[in-house]
Amino acid sequence: MPLSQLSQTDQLLLNNFQHGFPLQERPFAEIARQLNVSEDYVIASLQRLQAQGIISRVGPVFYPNRIGNSTLAAMAVPEDRLDEVAEMVSAYDEVNHNYQREHEYNLWFVVTAENRQAIDRLLDDIAQRSGLDVLDLPMQEDYYIDLGFKLQWT
Amino acid sequence: MDMIVTPHPYLQQQQTRALIHALEQGLPLSPRPYDELAKQLGMNEQQVMDEIARLQDAGIIKRMGVVVRHRKLGYRANAMVVWNIPDEMVSEVGCFMGSLPCVTLSYRRPRRLPQWPYNLFTMIHGASREQVLEKINELADTYSLNRFNYKVLFSKTCYKQRGAHYVKDNKLKTKNEAIK
Repeated sequence: MPLSQLSQTDQLLLNNFQHGFPLQERPFAEIARQLNVSEDYVIASLQRLQAQGIISRVGPVFYPNRIGNSTLAAMAVPEDRLDEVAEMVSAYDEVNHNYQREHEYNLWFVVTAENRQAIDRLLDDIAQRSGLDVLDLPMQEDYYIDLGFKLQWT
Repeated sequence: MDMIVTPHPYLQQQQTRALIHALEQGLPLSPRPYDELAKQLGMNEQQVMDEIARLQDAGIIKRMGVVVRHRKLGYRANAMVVWNIPDEMVSEVGCFMGSLPCVTLSYRRPRRLPQWPYNLFTMIHGASREQVLEKINELADTYSLNRFNYKVLFSKTCYKQRGAHYVKDNKLKTKNEAIK
């Protein structure tokens, strides 16, 4: 869905409420007030945007490693085994992102679990089942201040 | 103990965990989402809002709001750019890159020598591959980052993308039962 096909209210909903979501009894009514539409309209629009897959959810984004633990892992998978190994990796509930990337290390995934031991076990498991090495690249410092993703309406 | 959520004076840590778990699925899209969560968790609406505010103040929640799937909005090209920055400079360069509008993530991660020499990971999104490459070249030129070794890793297939689940369902149930 190209950005330009979204209504102005959709664009504002997507751009202006990625952080600082109202923490009051009727948050959607507060958003509605700011956008000069009704509360029902805001809720229906968010439900539709979610059904369309344009938003994944409305809610918090947590800092990595402050509750539980996470890591970024990479594998160099032979091209002809990529789909098979990727599927195996995606099947773990602890894996929340899994991408193919253009590099010798062609499979990149994020593992999130309650503690470091659970991550170690999972990476070992993947290495053993695939017969491939897994690079474990846990975050050491976060330099980015997340205010959401600024969309450009052009 | 890996959880660093400190106990709340009024709420059991278990309730905080249950709340985090519920929040990971997203707020209910209904007029009183905090009240709805409260009812599911055996808390009241004010406690839920207070606890979310506390998690924000404590730096556990990074931001709260609409979580956009940029791929669906035409931002199809996403490049992870990895840099090999001398250790004594990596914080400075990382903070600087994290402050640029075209950069959406800036993390330090360990090198794994000899296979992996890169220690700074940044993410750059754009409408097309060309546009992303242009941004990266511009960035490297303007801020003389060309002196560092870097690699651009474009994403191809997205096999999976969803929010993180820090708290496991089955453990929660077991521990909830234990509390009762």
